[in-house]
Amino acid sequence: MLEIKGLEAAIGDKQILRGIDLVVPSGEVHAIMGPNGSGKSTLSYVLSGRPGYDVTGGTATFDDKDLLAMEPEARAALGVFLAFQYPVELPGVGNANFLRTALNAQRRARGEAEMPATDFLKFARAEMKRLSMPDDMLKRNVNVGFSGGEKKRNEVLQMALLKPRIAILDETDSGLDIDALKIVAEGVNTQRGPNFSALVITHYQRLLDYIVPDRVHVLSAGRIIRSGGPELAHELEANGYAGIVAEAA
Amino acid sequence: MPAVVETLDAVASVTEGGYKWGFSTDIEMDMAPKGLNEDIIRLISARKNEPEWLLAWRLKAYAAWLKMEEPDWAMVHHAPIDYQDLHYYAAPKKKPGPKSLDEVDPELLKMYEKLGIPLKERAILAGVEPEEGERLPIAIDAVFDSVSVATTFRDTLAKSGVIFCPISEAVLEHPELVQKYLGSVVPAGDNYFAALNSAVFTDGSFVFIPKGVRCPMELSTYFRINARNTGQFERTLIIVEDGGHVSYLEGCTAPQRDENQLHAAVVELVAMDDATIKYSTVQNWYPGDANGVGGIYNFVTKRGACRGARSKISWTQVETGSAITWKYPSCILQGDDSVGEFYSVAVTTNMQQADTGTKMIHIGKNTRSTIISKGISAGRSNNTYRGLVRVLPKADNARNFTQCDSLLIGDKCGAHTVPYIETRNASAKLEHEATTSKISDDQLFYCRSRGLSQEDAVGMIVNGFCREVLKELPMEFAVEAQKLLAVSLEGSVG
Repeated sequence: MLEIKGLEAAIGDKQILRGIDLVVPSGEVHAIMGPNGSGKSTLSYVLSGRPGYDVTGGTATFDDKDLLAMEPEARAALGVFLAFQYPVELPGVGNANFLRTALNAQRRARGEAEMPATDFLKFARAEMKRLSMPDDMLKRNVNVGFSGGEKKRNEVLQMALLKPRIAILDETDSGLDIDALKIVAEGVNTQRGPNFSALVITHYQRLLDYIVPDRVHVLSAGRIIRSGGPELAHELEANGYAGIVAEAA
Repeated sequence: MPAVVETLDAVASVTEGGYKWGFSTDIEMDMAPKGLNEDIIRLISARKNEPEWLLAWRLKAYAAWLKMEEPDWAMVHHAPIDYQDLHYYAAPKKKPGPKSLDEVDPELLKMYEKLGIPLKERAILAGVEPEEGERLPIAIDAVFDSVSVATTFRDTLAKSGVIFCPISEAVLEHPELVQKYLGSVVPAGDNYFAALNSAVFTDGSFVFIPKGVRCPMELSTYFRINARNTGQFERTLIIVEDGGHVSYLEGCTAPQRDENQLHAAVVELVAMDDATIKYSTVQNWYPGDANGVGGIYNFVTKRGACRGARSKISWTQVETGSAITWKYPSCILQGDDSVGEFYSVAVTTNMQQADTGTKMIHIGKNTRSTIISKGISAGRSNNTYRGLVRVLPKADNARNFTQCDSLLIGDKCGAHTVPYIETRNASAKLEHEATTSKISDDQLFYCRSRGLSQEDAVGMIVNGFCREVLKELPMEFAVEAQKLLAVSLEGSVG
């Protein structure tokens, strides 16, 4: 279970998060929506440990472990996964090698046995088939020369292989056509279960037609100003953010 | 083969930063007095029981050296070298030279074990054949300070006509070959350091591959500087006759010492018609400490002559060590349709300085060359690629492709690219590509968010950057080089 209490964060002297309270119980998918500049991406980076963000107040725990005190790699091993809005290119690094190294680094950190190369390839191919991804995705260099859609699908593939306990999707839907969107949603939906939770950050309601959230939260100026069921997303789609933001102010 | 696994273990057993090969070995040494003069050269020659012609050759080189100036065009800086403050000959006592491993000083064997060098192939030496399907072993010549201490698999190689032995021995046993080829690629007076080497070289490896023979195993030499205040001046000569093929590997380490040690080697390669030479180096001399104290000055002349038609010489180097590297493995493409290749990874950290690259001299028709250079700079180091592509008037249809990529880690290091291109034939086609990049915070965070530690992330990104070069190394060496790269850069980020 992810528990965030009074979380405040800044970049330099610019305060971005101004006291976020949020609980995502295991097994649930929550959506975070909000206008540009409301702090959505900052929230995802602070939770995953990106350097450069100063936490100025509050706590964030996952299964009672203090996330904010951990290195990014330790959070990954604990089961926190961030699907990037802009996945990064790693020239010369093969996707299969990258994924296997990451998986085994996490397994080592958890005291589990490493997965041998042959087992990994079988496992990866099976997951790719499920996600209708071509085999050559594994042979290519990490995100190098990938189209926007391919990059996002690669994020979903990583999620499928690393099997996180909580996935944070940072505007994974941006720039995706409807077919890619369905594949991404399918990737999340197949992970759903009692031991998986997700924080789906999005600007648009569209993705939530395919990943139906248990709860929707509206983020504005670094605070959650309203929470509700899936119907809240539809309300936002119909009326825009302006009304809710004005109401909260 | 298991020996390689040992080597890997030696590298992988690394638990903390710093240079892992920094131990010295306590062996009784036979040392010449410090200083350089004709008498010292005579002494070296006498110790090696050399014929008169070689002594004369050395003295001529020495006379030339006295008239030369140390070159200052490279982008490296160091205090003046006192050539009179070095020992020019240091050999483990217990002579004459060992004929088998059993005669080698056990302290030496222990040292090579520490280095993870597969020297003790006793079972195989005793005549036990490798099992079916097992990879062919690697034959090794081990050079300790001034002398070769052991060469393995010589009998096996001799069956196919391959000669692989210390050059000091080749001088005595194959004088006609040595006299014909020594200095034929790098003349005694070629440059300051080559002249010095020609005057005082003490040992090195000699390889001869006769017509039509494909050398049945990888040949390898490990160089180790051990004694204090000693220069190492090895000389390697590889000759491959028509249609022959050899793959040769070279590895280097030295103990951790406060003072600088000089290494001025010369390597000459000769490839006749349709011959192929693949020469790979993993250079890991002691680089000095974080403040630039100590470390090897590595001033090396390496050159290959593609004398025959359709011959090919390929240099691959992974340079992680030395306080200063000054090295330009080159190809003289004399034979028509001959091919020269240079694949290089040079890593500098802390206060290291590297000025390295290649020369491709196109003389014959339809000659082709490829240069792929990857420079990685970290700390306060400086890393320079310096390369020359020269096309002479008769080299119709010469082709060159050059790619120089630099990767910067941190904001206090430097990367420089100095390509020289000279063409005197209008049909030449030359391409040059260059990039400079940094390991970005985004890349590091991306890797860490997937569970990789910072160090592993750097290692992975750097290895990705070098992939085109590393894939040219023989497989076992490639794995070793990958680990070495990661180890060399430990602690260089964050």
